[in-house]
Amino acid sequence: MSLLPEPDFGTPAADADGASPPLTLAIDGIEVVVPAGTSLMRAAALAGVAIPKLCATDCLQAVGACRLCLVEIDGRKGTPASCTTPAEAGMRVRTQSPRLTELRRNVMELTLSDHPLDCLTCAANGACELQDMAAAVGLREVRYGLAGAHHLADPRDDSNPYFGYDPAKCIVCFRCVRACDEQQGSFALTATGRGFATRIAAGTGGSFMDSDCVSCGACVAACPTATLIEKTARATGSAERAIATTCAYCGVGCGFLVEVDGPPDTPTIVRMTPSKQGQANRGHACVKGRFAWGYATHQDRVVRPMIRARITDPWREVSWDEALRHAAGEFRRIQREHGRDAVGAIVSSRCTNEEDYLVQKLVRAAFGNNNVDTCARVCHSPTGYGLGQTLGTSAGTQTFASVDKADVIVVIGANPGEAHPVFASRLKRRVRAGARLIVIDPRAIDLVDSPHVRADVHLQPRPGTNVAVLTALAHVIVTEGLLDEAFVAERCERQSFADWHNFVARPENSPEALQAASGVPAARVRAAARLYATADNAAIYYGLGVTEHAQGSTAVMAIANLAMATGNLGREGVGVNPLRGQNNVQGSCDMGSFPHELPGYRHVSDAATRTAFERAWGVDLLPTPGLRIPNMFDAALDGSFLGLYCQGEDPAQSDPDTRHVQAALAAMECVVVQDLFLNETARFAHVFLPGSSFLEKDGTFTNAERRISRVRRVMAPLAGMADWQVTLALAEALGYPMQYRHPSDIMDEIARLTPTFAGVSYEKLDRMGSLQWPCNDAAPAGTPTMHVGGFSSRPGGKGRFMIAQYVPSDEQTTSRHPLLLTTGRVLSQYNVGAQTRRTANVRFHAEDLLEIHPHDAEQRGIADGDWVGLESRAGATALRAEVTARVQPGVVYTTFHFPESGANIVTTDSSDWATNCPEYKVTAVQVRRLARPPARAGGAP
Amino acid sequence: MNAAHLIRMANRIGDFFVAMPDREQAVRDVADHIARTWEPRMTRDLRAHVAAHGDADLSAIVREALVRLPP
Repeated sequence: MSLLPEPDFGTPAADADGASPPLTLAIDGIEVVVPAGTSLMRAAALAGVAIPKLCATDCLQAVGACRLCLVEIDGRKGTPASCTTPAEAGMRVRTQSPRLTELRRNVMELTLSDHPLDCLTCAANGACELQDMAAAVGLREVRYGLAGAHHLADPRDDSNPYFGYDPAKCIVCFRCVRACDEQQGSFALTATGRGFATRIAAGTGGSFMDSDCVSCGACVAACPTATLIEKTARATGSAERAIATTCAYCGVGCGFLVEVDGPPDTPTIVRMTPSKQGQANRGHACVKGRFAWGYATHQDRVVRPMIRARITDPWREVSWDEALRHAAGEFRRIQREHGRDAVGAIVSSRCTNEEDYLVQKLVRAAFGNNNVDTCARVCHSPTGYGLGQTLGTSAGTQTFASVDKADVIVVIGANPGEAHPVFASRLKRRVRAGARLIVIDPRAIDLVDSPHVRADVHLQPRPGTNVAVLTALAHVIVTEGLLDEAFVAERCERQSFADWHNFVARPENSPEALQAASGVPAARVRAAARLYATADNAAIYYGLGVTEHAQGSTAVMAIANLAMATGNLGREGVGVNPLRGQNNVQGSCDMGSFPHELPGYRHVSDAATRTAFERAWGVDLLPTPGLRIPNMFDAALDGSFLGLYCQGEDPAQSDPDTRHVQAALAAMECVVVQDLFLNETARFAHVFLPGSSFLEKDGTFTNAERRISRVRRVMAPLAGMADWQVTLALAEALGYPMQYRHPSDIMDEIARLTPTFAGVSYEKLDRMGSLQWPCNDAAPAGTPTMHVGGFSSRPGGKGRFMIAQYVPSDEQTTSRHPLLLTTGRVLSQYNVGAQTRRTANVRFHAEDLLEIHPHDAEQRGIADGDWVGLESRAGATALRAEVTARVQPGVVYTTFHFPESGANIVTTDSSDWATNCPEYKVTAVQVRRLARPPARAGGAP
Repeated sequence: MNAAHLIRMANRIGDFFVAMPDREQAVRDVADHIARTWEPRMTRDLRAHVAAHGDADLSAIVREALVRLPP
């Protein structure tokens, strides 16, 4: 139970289909109108009448177990449970009567007969539903005493780092079990025993840490007592207020309440609970957002500015003023000596929209060039290009809720269970309800085959061959008459469709012909194509396993082709849905952080757009593109790019071919790093400006649904300035002052200059909770579903098919490097781990491992847990092996969360043809068993 | 800038557009893509490399497109 609970209507809202008219009934004489299918309990809550309850909560389906919510209905016998009784027209319901009071007191008495009456010392004191219900029913004594059988001595399970389980306090309401089943879909909890002996158990009865529990916290949020409660809440007691904000981890963008106690600038965080009002997550969370926020106050935070003349010198703490003057002076010196274009900036998808906007403005207006790029370069830049070329808008087409209406779901190159867990829970819920699932992934990710979700078809391409598979799927759709010809005729360009049709219909693009390249049996491709194309509603979800390839942009366009060809766009349940890796990938792209685009994806060569910004900013803007991140590093090595402002990003760890990146950084004359911690890039920095966490500032993030949500300050910036203020101060030191009093002023400017954001303001965000762009006069409440009725950003409103020819990657296996390495993420760690490695999440995943197939392991004499050397043409590193059939023979896999394992030491400079997004997913490597742990590898014994 | 990188990037762009049925349009698209996404020093350095070492490392469509690029 939340210490500061949001309203709980007892049962979920009815799934109103619009076919049945609303019902009118009376609760305690109060008339109320509700949708058909609404429970009496919810109807009562809507009428302002609270019915006592214990097992019911509006996040979960009602089960009618606790018998506390009994009511009387005129003309009916008995006292039915209001949570499981649907409202009917004309019903007259009483929630209070002497008989109901007596029944409820008896229920409470029995419940409390096996509960420690230690309220004054209980962590949930004052925020306990059991306590509240005892008061509500007027319980004054428990006649049964505690002399009989009880569970008060049951041992506590504190194995989980974030929450404890105290079975002595458990009232066996099953809310935790149901939350795990219905919300999270892990089915990790169960009830053992029968009758009085019934107990809640994790897994088969061991500890939470040994079970399938993924620590999402749904059970903790659902628990009405202190049985399952956060350890921080145990330690700190009740919160006095809560601040609504948005998670700073993945691109789902969950809404949270930060519960705090103490002074406004330096509060103690009691806990973070997922908000039911969060329009992306609806009260659900994952182990990162829910629990892994301790990094914000970790002892490693650097909170004083520092400078040094050379990267070999020790750091020297200085004032903000000195640090900013030094940085600005160095940038101006470099420009004087090496030209205007010798400096630039990298912004982070972890920063807010307002911060990203400010940095690109600083680069364009103060530096006077377009050398600004975002870390979206190395993840979803192909999405921006590919969807822009085909559908006209560089963004996903749906809401997350849209998946609830999908009949066939395709997941390609994404592992949402690990990387987008809250959306994954929703997707799995839809699959459990009957939707068919196609997974296209070189690995057997959990969605392929887990206890409650199984893919109907798993296509397992060799890394680097997505386009071959997607084109083969298109071939089947075209040659087997599975096109939605009416959609294509009405909504798409005639000529580009004809060209694409002719191309994919060629025999060389058949599944049989492409099988040799992709390794995917043709029959499976045909089965997948038929399943996708014949569904009423089919939706494609994809991730970095699509974009981070030499043909990343081609694959995105091939996906858009499939959706257009089958008419799966422009309504709920369908669409093309990029799953963005970081919290604000979408936003950083929207904000003009790419070197060729001003905010709103408008090319710098567009004179009208440039003129609008020139007038607003009072400067002349360059009409030619700036350097992208990989180009910056190449230019640094040839001596023409020597100054970098790097905000919230760590390319020395996150970008491919580490040796090359580090050499480039070392060649620069002024690297300014603005971050929470002294990250890997800071090793090459001359100026360190302390960053602020998402808890320390106001702003907005835009998630993968194009949903703009507010980030609200919970505490004062530890270093005295929020990131947006630091950028303002740097701009001023550069001689280009910007006048903003608050991030809302920045958003107002964005709205004035960016048509898709024209209707966005903090006032409207506060009023509506969130907004999905485009939000303007044509769509004042935002746009949940894109391309309804037409592709409005395309010429003539017509979708454009693009020919997507498979071109083999330059990264091919050889006798020297006979395996293909692909990379990914785990649930508990986030990107380069700078945040999550500084939390107890290391208990779940403490090092990067190399997954290798048993066949390849046996050939090399490698056993599970052995140290292995991993070598590519770019470099070599070492880590421990995990022998598993999740990967196919010939393929190895690892994550990149720990700098000591250095996955990016081996990834190469191969990149997407259109955007330079690195080909992280395909690297030819060799793996050898090491006789002993390497001296440099982390986690070595 | 690193000529090998520039050549490789240019050829990969050519690999995409060479599949288009209208060759003339495909050449224009290669030139347009480079003009819209490459920072001027990249184009300048590629041209300088070609001037000094010839264009044998470039694919045919990229060679044609390079001529069309604005100065």
